[in-house]
Amino acid sequence: MTAPTPRVGRGPSGNGTARVPWVLVLPALIGLLFLLLPLVGLLVRAPWATMGRRIVDPDVLTALWLSLSTSTAATLVSLVLGVPLAWSLARTEFPGRRLVRALVTVPLVIPPVVGGVALLLVLGRNGIVGQYLYSWFGLTLPFTPAAVVVAQVFVAMPFLVIGVEGALRGADRRYEEAAATLGAGRVTVFTRVTLPMILPGIGAGAVLCWARALGEFGATITFAGNFPGTTQTMPLAVYMAMQRDPEAAIVLSLVLLLVSLAVLATLRERWMSV
Amino acid sequence: MPEIPPRTRCAGTGVYRACAVAAALALGLTACSGDGGGERTENVELTVMAAASLTDVFTEIAESFEEEHPEVTVVLNFAGSGELAQQIASGAPADVFASADTTTMERVVEAGDLDADWAAEHGEEGLVFATNTLMIAVPPGNPAGVSSLHDLTSEDVSTAFCADEVPCGTATGIALEAAGLEVAPVTLEEDVRAVLTKVELGEVDAGLVYETDVISAGDRVKGIGFPEAKEALNEYPIGVLANSESPERAAAWVDFVTGQGAPIMREAGFGTP
Amino acid sequence: MAAREPRTPLDPAPTSDGGLDADLRLSRGTFTLDVRLTCPPGEVLALLGPNGAGKTSVLRALAGLTPLSDGHVFLAGEDLTTTAVEHRPVGVVFQDYLLLPHLSALDNVAFGPRCQGAGRTEARRLAMELLEQMGLAEYASARPRRLSGGQAQRVALARALAVRPGLLLLDEPMAALDIGTRATVRSRLRHLVEGFEGATVLVTHDPLDAMVMADRIAVIEDGRLVQEGSPAEVARRPRTSYVARLVGLNLFRGEASGTTVTLEGEDGRGPVRVEAGDGHRGPALVAFPPRAVALYRESSGGSPRNAWRLTVAGVERFGDQVRVLLEGGLSLAADITPAALAELALTRGSEVWAVVKASEVECYPD
Repeated sequence: MTAPTPRVGRGPSGNGTARVPWVLVLPALIGLLFLLLPLVGLLVRAPWATMGRRIVDPDVLTALWLSLSTSTAATLVSLVLGVPLAWSLARTEFPGRRLVRALVTVPLVIPPVVGGVALLLVLGRNGIVGQYLYSWFGLTLPFTPAAVVVAQVFVAMPFLVIGVEGALRGADRRYEEAAATLGAGRVTVFTRVTLPMILPGIGAGAVLCWARALGEFGATITFAGNFPGTTQTMPLAVYMAMQRDPEAAIVLSLVLLLVSLAVLATLRERWMSV
Repeated sequence: MPEIPPRTRCAGTGVYRACAVAAALALGLTACSGDGGGERTENVELTVMAAASLTDVFTEIAESFEEEHPEVTVVLNFAGSGELAQQIASGAPADVFASADTTTMERVVEAGDLDADWAAEHGEEGLVFATNTLMIAVPPGNPAGVSSLHDLTSEDVSTAFCADEVPCGTATGIALEAAGLEVAPVTLEEDVRAVLTKVELGEVDAGLVYETDVISAGDRVKGIGFPEAKEALNEYPIGVLANSESPERAAAWVDFVTGQGAPIMREAGFGTP
Repeated sequence: MAAREPRTPLDPAPTSDGGLDADLRLSRGTFTLDVRLTCPPGEVLALLGPNGAGKTSVLRALAGLTPLSDGHVFLAGEDLTTTAVEHRPVGVVFQDYLLLPHLSALDNVAFGPRCQGAGRTEARRLAMELLEQMGLAEYASARPRRLSGGQAQRVALARALAVRPGLLLLDEPMAALDIGTRATVRSRLRHLVEGFEGATVLVTHDPLDAMVMADRIAVIEDGRLVQEGSPAEVARRPRTSYVARLVGLNLFRGEASGTTVTLEGEDGRGPVRVEAGDGHRGPALVAFPPRAVALYRESSGGSPRNAWRLTVAGVERFGDQVRVLLEGGLSLAADITPAALAELALTRGSEVWAVVKASEVECYPD
């Protein structure tokens, strides 16, 4: 093969800049800036002098622990309920499946406060279901950490369901057929073939779900109320602090941000190394 | 007849920004929709930032005010007092601030956000135009049989209070201190309306709210007065903001609220000076 | 469902000799499948047919992946017609092998025995044995993506055999391989399949696979069985133009009367006569290979041979020969040497005499 005439001055840098698709890069940079600037705002306005003292405040640690534990519990609940739900939506045919699919995304669309009110109406002490929980078992959900988890599951599970359903639809079903010919029943096919194959999708969905649960505010404060140590998660603590001491609110926001970043980075590392 | 601009009622918290945007859009649309060539008076917008507990009364007062001042459109922005103070401190364009407590107004005064001329004439700390007293609100039927503040100390009575950070929470603290009681609530709500909602839905047996809230809730809750409420009288100060582009009209609004607005306030359960 | 002619009373009873006896009928949209297959144990039956003929439907129906509209599947005298896929004693080697990507080669092979209730150790021991038989012991712990095509194929075969099936199904086993490696992989696969005691059904569109690996060939076209026989028989006496093309024969359909077969002329100038090596009476097929056709510029006349005056429709290279496509009273292909082509100076449109010895012409009933 004969080489084409070499172009003069075609250095690696010249070559590189000629290929940068500015139509994509420019909006990408603006988008990134847009996402990062509020964070910069927090960092600039943070009261660094008193930061150390504020962070170790037992109230802050209590709220942080409550946030982390409830959002993790909410993610686990979402996995247990959401993965089978995603499977049903992706792999079975039943009348009204499209409608159910649309309904699953409702919590994404309605304002979380409305979701909280709806939860109260159903699971509250006088709610459609809650009144029986109360009269039969003496159980009241609102104002307990369990209610925080319920509120978080309500708003965060759709993220998991949508993610997992997408992964299921993208998965090659012929592998499931192959497993069936080897004697695997439906449950075995699901646990030994389908699940491992969509694990990355489940992981991504779970991370989204966890992040959404961690940041959840509206449904939580409405359904679970706000009491330090019981139902006051970090976002609620941030909101309350905002009423009186905006600096404290910035500190709390930064703590929540850094902790969630650390968790996500660790998870990602784990994920990649598997 | 001049076209009455649609007004967006913005109650509660968290949605105030969306409301402000919606209101701005609605006004913009009205301005653009043309007046059919009729006489066109110069339309002035008066932005009033008011505590969420003033939602109903200020909406009503604004209607009367606009009838008397057709050239003025009152834009009402309701939210928690603290949040509004925060917005004012960030330079939000507004003409009047009506707070649900004096502490929040003090913050605004300290930041130098009150109109100096107006303050010199009417009061450096703003003008108290209304007072509100606390009441025990219980669900219809009073399932826990609450009759006094002391009943709230019982473990069998679940109670919702306002959080300490918000004015009604401060008032609650003062009232309990005056009564020498310690109550363990199940939740500290972000504002008084949230307390009311919990009571209305029967999620708690009792809540401490303002008399005005009990009245506005009608049959959905029952109010029980208690003597210590006097100690925790909540004062609503109002003031013209330094940011105001037409301080005269802003002052006119304040005068209107304290004058013609007073009966409306009293009807809603507020006390007026 | 489309109406079908009732067959039940006249159906031969299912064979009970341990092999496969299947009557597969299903319809999907405009496509209908209606195929009857038998395959005794130890035999390899190749399903040959063009794309879309229904080969894969047959395979899926046998495996239980696609339900039948009608018909039956018997294996070793056992009725599997409604047996769920996971309970059928059927092993399948899929076209892309479909080894589970998250499991090692060993665990892929052990998957079936585990599903059938074997303990982990027992299943792995069996899997290791099979991998050793396949010459893959050293790849036991490898993930499928690190295996070559041929290795993956043998792992897939080991996996299919690990469930101790009575029926082994191979779906286009060579399709995923490079052309270069096919010959060796094919002979190796054939060797491995020969050791299997059950019935084997191989689906392929490549006649070479069928010829090399199968004891019997069933040709499927448009959802129907069009020919069934030994590879030699199919290669010598194709029954459809598809098969004739695959095995490289000129095929014509006509009416035999003794050794003379009369064909309907293709150019509308009346019938064409073909002299065959052996005689028949009634509807018949005649076939002869392109290399049996000799071309002449002038008629040599006299001798008892087939000689037709035809027109050159095209010339193409075919291996070290040249294939001349002719049309006229009949359309046929003739393979000649490049030297002969030069000597005859044939171009498109040239008229030429095509001559075939009667002894080269195979005649058999239609």
